[in-house]
Amino acid sequence: MRDAKIVSRRFDLPNSHTLEVAQKHGAYKAVEKAFGMKPEAIVEEVDRSGLRGKGGGGAPAGSKWKLMLGDFGGRPKYLAVNCDESEPGTFKDRQIITKDPHLLIEGIILTCYAIGSHDAYIYIRGEYHDFQKILQEAIDEAYAAGILGEKVLGHDYRLDVTIHRGAGAYICGEKSALLESMEGKRGHPRLKPHQKEPEWYFGNPTLVNNVETIASVPFIVNEGADAYRSFGTEKSPGTLLFALSGHVERPGVYEAEFGTPMMEYIEHFGGGIRGGKALKAVIPGGASTPVLSAEEVAEATLDYESLRQYGSSLGTGGMIVMDESVDMVEALKNLLEFYHHESCGQCTPCREGTGWVDALVADVLAQKGSPEHIEKLLDVSVTMNGKTICVFAPAVSGVIDGFVGKFRGEFEAYLRSLA
Amino acid sequence: MSFTFTEENLQALESLEKRYPSKEALMLPALWKVMRQQGHIDTEAMVAVAEWLEVPPVKVYGVATFYTMFHLEPIGRHHIQLCKTLSCALCGKADILAHLKKKLGIEVGETTEDGRFTLSQVECLGSCGTAPVMQINDTLYENLTIEKVDEILEGLE
Repeated sequence: MRDAKIVSRRFDLPNSHTLEVAQKHGAYKAVEKAFGMKPEAIVEEVDRSGLRGKGGGGAPAGSKWKLMLGDFGGRPKYLAVNCDESEPGTFKDRQIITKDPHLLIEGIILTCYAIGSHDAYIYIRGEYHDFQKILQEAIDEAYAAGILGEKVLGHDYRLDVTIHRGAGAYICGEKSALLESMEGKRGHPRLKPHQKEPEWYFGNPTLVNNVETIASVPFIVNEGADAYRSFGTEKSPGTLLFALSGHVERPGVYEAEFGTPMMEYIEHFGGGIRGGKALKAVIPGGASTPVLSAEEVAEATLDYESLRQYGSSLGTGGMIVMDESVDMVEALKNLLEFYHHESCGQCTPCREGTGWVDALVADVLAQKGSPEHIEKLLDVSVTMNGKTICVFAPAVSGVIDGFVGKFRGEFEAYLRSLA
Repeated sequence: MSFTFTEENLQALESLEKRYPSKEALMLPALWKVMRQQGHIDTEAMVAVAEWLEVPPVKVYGVATFYTMFHLEPIGRHHIQLCKTLSCALCGKADILAHLKKKLGIEVGETTEDGRFTLSQVECLGSCGTAPVMQINDTLYENLTIEKVDEILEGLE
């Protein structure tokens, strides 16, 4: 496996979070280059790089950025950086804000200059209090050094960066819920517009991008779109901070190219399955991506296109690895409790449905269910899919279908004694 | 009893105001200041926040009750939040929970009689690679073992 470090390049340096170390190793070099370019040229370069949003959706970043170049009658534009990182199995953005916060700040400067924004916010989940401190110190250092503020590195360009702390709501990682939350409201996702347009913050055009997406921009500006495309696959260019948790020898976050075979990644970085046990399943990209059986894991590669073949998706790239000892009914129950707790309550199929499916699986586990429970579970899952404002409920539906579809025997075993 | 922001908190909020296009954006920052000041957000504090933000109190109520980290009632001095989501569950969360319950003599959702500890289970803390984990107030503790939990709790007043 070849080395592919775009975002994690400085992670292992001692004191990599400080301005001094970051700058000694190339931080903020791209800013000088960017100010010599037209903003549209940067947008074009990012578009050409094929950079895809790294928060889970994988939408092309360039298309989103282009929407910010429209005519908005002089209204201010905003950048909101999504550091809500709450998808179970995902813990990559915290590596960036603690190990190389200046890379994120550099990415923010480049992005804001490209889209014409003078105010950026970093929406960070409330639980990341200690990590927020490290990020705030880096921002303070950048202000003190004249990198942020009235004149970015002496150029006639004002940029303010403000951290906005969330308060424990998974749904605020959804971009429109995030903006609702930043507007001082409950985190309820907004209806999607019928055509492509930017997001809106107090009625002003706004770009929402994940931390890692923004942290990938300095490389693209420095080295160019082609250099970025030299990593990964044709349709999934570049790298991702993939992560491993669960039953592996060495859990953690390791950057790799898109297209890397999943099992090779698990062996190479994770040291294989813990205790030499056999693999049963992997949730490939955070809890909301449908589970893969061991046979599928053996074939899959880590890119958006490959995982679609197995009815799943790449998501955040945070893999939850489960060995042969795992009870898949218990595992699904664990995730359904999560969704039941985190449903924002706005749409009935989601608010009620997450409770129903949780209760149904609880019955199965308690061997109180009837053999029809599995059909009921799948029936509610259908009702939850495609009938809500955001993709939360459809994701739950996919999770249920994955577990029941691929491990139905384990569900039936609980109910067999009742038949 | 009515609630008043300390001078320091009020100044911090006012200086933050110029960073945002609307004062309403300061809802979460203001509620965090209340949490910092008295550990929970009661009705009096909601009214004070509403007055400062110039919004109806019911709007503050709606927000304060939406977010898990805002407590509406006083809790123990040390809020133990054990992560219960899948990666932690796969890596031994159940043993840690059983130990915490036994050691503290309380169930999940309860506070010890001396008011020192409140025990909660929470959803994913974003630390799956170092599971199992818990957060006590704002501090995260990773790679928990029963011995480590004992050490951590003994270090708290």
